[in-house]
Amino acid sequence: MDFVNAIVLFCNFVLVPATTYGAQLALGALGITVIYSILRFANFAHSELMSWGAMLTLFLTWYLQSMGISAGPLPTALLALPVGIFGAIAMALTTEKLVYRFYRRQRASSITFAIVSVGVMFVMAGLTRFMIGPDEQVMVDGQRFLIKAIEFKRKTGLQEGLAIKTSQVITIVVAVTMAGALFWFLYRTRPGKAMRAFSDNQDLALLSGIKPDRVVAIAWILAAILATLSGTLYGLDKSYKPFVFMQLLLPIFASAIVGGIGQPVGAILGGFVIAYSEVLLTYAYKRFVTYLVPRDWAPEGLLQLLSTNYKFAISFIILVVVLLIRPTGIIRGKVL
Amino acid sequence: MKQKELLYFIAFVIFLIGVGLLQSWNVAFGILNMCLISAIMALGVNIQWGYAGLFNAGIMGFVALGGLSAVLVSAEPVGEAWSNGGIGIVASLTILVITIAMIFYVQKMFASPLRLWIIIMVILLGYWLFQGLFSAAVEQIESFNPAFAGYLGGLGLPITLSWIIGGLVAAGGAWLIGRISLGLRADYLAIATLGISEIIIAIIKYEEWLTRGVKNVTGLPRPVPYEINLVETHWFVDLAETINANPIAMASLFVKFCYFGLFLGVLAILMWFSERALKSPWGRMMRAIRDNRDAASAMGKDITSRHLQTFILGCAVCGIAGAMLVTLDGQLVPGSYTPLRYTFLIWVMVILGGSGNNWGSILGGCIIWFLWIQAEPLGYVLVGFITFPFEDNHWLKNHLVENAAQTRLILMGAILLMVMRFAPKGLIPER
Repeated sequence: MDFVNAIVLFCNFVLVPATTYGAQLALGALGITVIYSILRFANFAHSELMSWGAMLTLFLTWYLQSMGISAGPLPTALLALPVGIFGAIAMALTTEKLVYRFYRRQRASSITFAIVSVGVMFVMAGLTRFMIGPDEQVMVDGQRFLIKAIEFKRKTGLQEGLAIKTSQVITIVVAVTMAGALFWFLYRTRPGKAMRAFSDNQDLALLSGIKPDRVVAIAWILAAILATLSGTLYGLDKSYKPFVFMQLLLPIFASAIVGGIGQPVGAILGGFVIAYSEVLLTYAYKRFVTYLVPRDWAPEGLLQLLSTNYKFAISFIILVVVLLIRPTGIIRGKVL
Repeated sequence: MKQKELLYFIAFVIFLIGVGLLQSWNVAFGILNMCLISAIMALGVNIQWGYAGLFNAGIMGFVALGGLSAVLVSAEPVGEAWSNGGIGIVASLTILVITIAMIFYVQKMFASPLRLWIIIMVILLGYWLFQGLFSAAVEQIESFNPAFAGYLGGLGLPITLSWIIGGLVAAGGAWLIGRISLGLRADYLAIATLGISEIIIAIIKYEEWLTRGVKNVTGLPRPVPYEINLVETHWFVDLAETINANPIAMASLFVKFCYFGLFLGVLAILMWFSERALKSPWGRMMRAIRDNRDAASAMGKDITSRHLQTFILGCAVCGIAGAMLVTLDGQLVPGSYTPLRYTFLIWVMVILGGSGNNWGSILGGCIIWFLWIQAEPLGYVLVGFITFPFEDNHWLKNHLVENAAQTRLILMGAILLMVMRFAPKGLIPER
C-alpha cells in the first residue's frame, strides 16, 4: 500500500505537472524552431508573441463571460482561442512586413535579425502591458478539476490524493494534436514540403519556383498559432501575467537548442527534457522516500536537490552541458 | 569629433536645462547622474559588441554583481552572524571549491572507464558534505535578528572602493562565464549569457545569508555628505545665504552635484582608457577579428582568447557601473533587476549611439535614459490625447491612463527598430 501511495504522490507532484509544463515548453520551442529553420535567427520576441496571443484570447474570454456564454465544463478561453490565434497571426505578419522583410532582402546576418527581434520584443511587450496592464489575471473557469484529490482519496482509500486539472488534460491533448498536425503539414502537404526545401537550400528552392515570401509568411503563421496555443495553455494552467513570458523565454530557447535547433522532434523532446529536469531536481523527496523505506529510516531533511528558486538555473545548466558535450543538440541532422 | 556630433551633445544639454527650468533642477540632476551611469554601462557593452562583435545578453547579471560588491564592501559587518555561522559558511564553500577542483583533477588524471563513476562519487560526497554544513550555517545566520540583519553584512569599508572591487568581481564572473560560453555561435552566446544573468539574479535574490535577498539592503554609506549634515554646516549655510538660496533645497542639489562630479570622473577615466585601447594596435586587431575572423586567425591571432579578453573588460566596466548605481541609490533591491531594463535597454543605447564608437555609447546612454524617464509624462500626454473623445471616468480611459507608463517600452522598441532600419551605424558612426 505504501508503494502505491508513493507512486500516486509522485504522479501528483512530479509526473502530471512536469508533463503539462513540458507540453507548454514544447509548443513554444516548436515556434522558435519553425522561425529558426526558415529565417535562421533566434527570435527573442517569441515569448512576447505568446503573451500577445494569450492576451487577445483573454479579452474575448472576458467578453464571452460577460455575455453569459460558456463552454460548459471546459474553460471559456477555448472558445476565444481562434480569435487570439487570428490576432497573433495578424501581429506576426505585420512585423514580418514592416520589419523583417527588409533584412531578408538584404540577407542580413543572423545577429542583426536577433537584435531587430529585440526591438520587436520591446514594442510587443509595451503594447501588451499598455492594453492589459502589468497585473496578474485569472484565465481559467469552468470545471477546474477532472479528478479531485479528496474524491480520489475517498474512492481508492489511499492516503495520497491525485488531482488532475482540466487545464492539464487540455494542454496535453492540444499539444499532441498540434504536434501531429504540424508534422502532417511539414511532411505530407505541398506548402510544408516547400518549407522544408526552402530551409534546406534557399537558392535551389527559389530556382524550383518556390515563392520565398509565401514560405516565410507560412512560417510566421505557424509560429503565431503555436505561440498563442502555448501562451494560452500556460495562462490556463497557471495564470496570465505579462512579466512571466519574459522569464519563459529562457526555458523555451533551452528546449529548442537542447533538442537540436531546427529539429521539430528535437523541440518536443527538449521541452520535456527541460520540464522533467526542472521538476525532478526541485521536488522535495522526503514524503516519497518515507513511504518506500522502513519507518526507522525515514529521512530528516527535505531531500530536495535544489531550491525551487533555481528552476531557471536548471534549464540553463542543461543548455550549457548540451552545448559543450554535444553542440548539435540531442537530435542531429539537417535543419527541419 | 565632428561639428554635427558635438551638436547632439549640446542638444542633450539644452533638453536637460529645459527639464531643469520646466520641472525642477533636482529632476534634471537626477536624470543626469543616471545618464552617466547608463553611459558607462553602454561603454562596457560597446567594448564587447562594437570592438569585438560579441552579443552579450547578460549585462544585467554583471551590473548586479557590481551592485552586490557595493553591499559586500560597504555594509556594516554583522558580528553575531559571523560568529554564529561564519565558520560553517567558509568551511562549506571551501568544500565546494575542493569538490570542483577534484572533479577537474579526476577529469584530467584518469583515463580509464572508471572516470565517470569516480566523478559521480566525488560529486555525491562533496554535495553531501556541503549541504549539511551549508544549510546549518545559513539557518544560524538568517535567524539572528532577521528584521534588521539576517545576513553576514559587508566589510564596512568606504563604498567608493566597491567601484573597483565591483569591476573586479564582474571581471572574475566574466572570466568563468566566458571560458564556458565564448566558443559558441553568436546567437547561442546571447542565449547562454541571458541564462547566466538570470542565475546571478536568482542567487542574489534568494541567498539571504549573503544579500538579505528580497528584504533589500538599505542605508548603505555614502561617499558624499548627507543633506541633514550640510544644512548644519557653517560654510554651506553661508554659501546659501550669499547666493540667496534656500539651504534645504540647495543641499539636495549639492549632494547630487557631488555624485555628478564623482561619476563624471569615473566616466572620463574609463573613456580615456577605451579611446586609447580602440586607437592602439590592440583595438585595430579586435576590429580585424570582428570583421574577418578567418583572416585574423590566419595572421596568427588567437581569436578565442582575444574574445575572452574583451568580454572580461566589457563586463568589468558594467560591474563598475552596477556598483555606482547601488551607491547612488544607497540600497540594493534584487527584485528590481529585469532583463528589459538592465540588458536590452543598454543595447538600445549602444545601437542608437553607434556601435564601435565610444562617444556614441555615451550619447546613446544619455539620450535613452533621458527618454526612458521623460517618456512617462509624455505617455500620459499622448494617452490623454488619444482618450480625449471619452468623457472623464470612462472605464477605458481610466484603464489606459493607468497603464500609460508602459508606452515607454513601445517608444524604446520603435527607436531600436528605426535606428536598425534607417541608420544602422547609429548617431555617431564608427571611424
